[in-house]
Amino acid sequence: MVAHLLRLKLALLRNSLRRKPMQLVGLAIGALYGLGILGFAIAGLIALGFADVGTAGTVVVLAGSAVLIGWLVVPVLAAGVDMTLDPLRFTTFAIPMRQLLAGLALSGFLGVPGAVTLLASLGTVGTWWHHPAAAGAALVCAPLAVLTCVVASRAITSASTNLAASRRFRDASALILFIPLMLLGPIISSLTAGIRNASEALPALARTLSWTPLGAPWSVPADLAAGNPGPAGLKFLIAVGTLALLAWAWKVSLAKALVTPPHTSGARRTGGRPGFFRFFPGTPTGAIAARCLTYWLRDPRYAGGLIVAPLVPLLVSFSALRTGSTLPLLFSGVLAALLLVWSISADISYDNTAFALHVATGVTGRQDRAGRAVAVTVLAVPLGLVYSVLGVAINGSWWMLPGVLGLTLGGVLSGLGLVSVFSARVIMNAPAPGDSPFKSKPGNNFGTVLLQLAGFAGLGALVLPELILVVVAVATGNALFSWLSLAVGLVLGTLFAWLGFRVGASVYDRRAPELLEQVTANA
Amino acid sequence: MAGQGNPPALAVSGLAKRFGGKIAVNGIQLVVPAGSFYGLVGPNGAGKTTTLSMATGLLRPDAGSVQVHGVDVWQHQLEAKRLMGILPDGVRLFDRLSGEQLVTYAGLLRGMDRETVAGRVRDLLQALDLTQDAGTLVVDYSAGMTKKIALASALIHAPRLLVLDEPFESVDPISAANIRDILHGYVRSGGTVIVSSHVMDLVQRMCDHVAVIAQGNVLAAGTVDEVRGGASLEDRFVELVGGRNQTEGLEWLRTF
Repeated sequence: MVAHLLRLKLALLRNSLRRKPMQLVGLAIGALYGLGILGFAIAGLIALGFADVGTAGTVVVLAGSAVLIGWLVVPVLAAGVDMTLDPLRFTTFAIPMRQLLAGLALSGFLGVPGAVTLLASLGTVGTWWHHPAAAGAALVCAPLAVLTCVVASRAITSASTNLAASRRFRDASALILFIPLMLLGPIISSLTAGIRNASEALPALARTLSWTPLGAPWSVPADLAAGNPGPAGLKFLIAVGTLALLAWAWKVSLAKALVTPPHTSGARRTGGRPGFFRFFPGTPTGAIAARCLTYWLRDPRYAGGLIVAPLVPLLVSFSALRTGSTLPLLFSGVLAALLLVWSISADISYDNTAFALHVATGVTGRQDRAGRAVAVTVLAVPLGLVYSVLGVAINGSWWMLPGVLGLTLGGVLSGLGLVSVFSARVIMNAPAPGDSPFKSKPGNNFGTVLLQLAGFAGLGALVLPELILVVVAVATGNALFSWLSLAVGLVLGTLFAWLGFRVGASVYDRRAPELLEQVTANA
Repeated sequence: MAGQGNPPALAVSGLAKRFGGKIAVNGIQLVVPAGSFYGLVGPNGAGKTTTLSMATGLLRPDAGSVQVHGVDVWQHQLEAKRLMGILPDGVRLFDRLSGEQLVTYAGLLRGMDRETVAGRVRDLLQALDLTQDAGTLVVDYSAGMTKKIALASALIHAPRLLVLDEPFESVDPISAANIRDILHGYVRSGGTVIVSSHVMDLVQRMCDHVAVIAQGNVLAAGTVDEVRGGASLEDRFVELVGGRNQTEGLEWLRTF
């Protein structure tokens, strides 16, 4: 039975690769990346063997604890990172619980993260090879620790299944995940700074952690190497006990999850709430704009973009301010606005097969393009304007305002033109409605990334004239170039928007059924 | 056919589609008279959904032509789509809208004015017993409710031809009876309905015409009585399509 589950996981992976060859390329790149990390980790761990026993123990315990925390946190937030073997699908097969648990736990190693963690932690054997007893213990404790990682993450996942079955929780957790992800840069930089300052405190921290379930399995070999068999034995017991306790918790919560099918919570609501449909004209274009705007707020895939777009310029400014220059702030408006505008390049891919309604009702290309563009304009233009004015104000160069506005408005207009063509031409492999915005089948996003890069390059080319004028204005300090940028931005932007709109509409009119066929194939 | 003045509701000729190496629809001919209640039956994978998708302008055929009330669907797409209401099978809805918003959306996309849409949305939700859930998001609807809201979206512009792919799947018996009443009333007042279904009993009771499709071909078509020729539709269907196993085998199933 356990072998069956492992074979099932491999078969699922193989078949999905067969359907989409591009995925293979992505998976290969993911595997290379994993191998790179693995190489570094193992080399580092072996090199650590030449350090003194205390330092080596401290590093191994701290790194190991961090890995375990990672395994605990990631699956909760990214609900469904890897649900190829979703336990709920086995509900009807009456698989004995013991075998189901063993199969699911082992299948956790068949994937890039699981395999890398396992092999890297076996690298600790290399760390302790000067001390045969410790190396032997590491050979036992490393798999024990990784198994603890896998079982802990499974236990957490199935304990949260009941929560995750509610749509509201899934939506909210998908959005919350964006924030730490966005702030990763600053978090890491302040953490490294903090660690550098607190390096004297680290051995103490490691000593404390080594008595907790997080660090216990990693510190057994360290204690043996240091010649303390007593604590080593105790910590081994802690590690084994932790694993047993987690396995028991997993079993209980899985047993409960198996008899609690996904359910929809939430009260019934009566009608009379037209929402955004009230604020737009009762035309096809107005209806599409209202629908898209509703999605910007209600669908995590769009709402995530709405969180990211204002954050990215803040991050850029944050790092700029550390160097003492406020110049990059001038570009925060155009950056935020373009991030929003670019998100609708995948609009039809995000619609998925619901797009059939547009085809069935005979929406014209002009109506479809215009509606989607209006919705994003309503969001992007105010955001761009606010950030532009703020940037100029903080930079204290009011004479640059026309230029910056020209860049922002020109950027939005050109961007609208470009995405109008792009989204009528290209169907991307986007997360389906209701999925986490982070969910992706292994490696399927390589082609998408290439397309996105090509689109960004095109966008850059379209905004180049305004950009050059702004840079010249800043370099020469001549206000004339600032006003020129405003003029060029408005004229060129309008031209590109109009052109893109016309071309996009006619492409849409010719290809609407083909677009539907493509999203159906992707779904 | 009654000549120029009264073309059939749907005339399909030589319609064909191939997906990769597999022929899904193999040059189908089909005439659906105006004012008929037409059933389309066939085993799984017979090409029903592909045929209906091509007939309604959702999927471009490799060959053949489709006319709706004399209007060529693929030459004059907008004009033809105005005549049709479509309930496709297996497609998603814009399910982050509430039920009320979704039907309103469908109406507005059809270019109807806001007041008419609002009135009809109210009527449709009432008729399909969805008033209590009008403001609930469609993503939180049950499968049957989702089918019903999709049906409402197909009816909102009072089309002359209704094409319903598996309309009764997972719909509860009471709602199904209500929907049948609505459809019968619609046909009585001159509309045309095409439904696809696996359920022979339902088609025999509900429809006046039927076509049997298997492996991308029409095996039989005409009035229900013509096609079934005295037998029950189910027996006739099995006879036409074949593939019934003898009842021997699976003896072990009786040994417990």
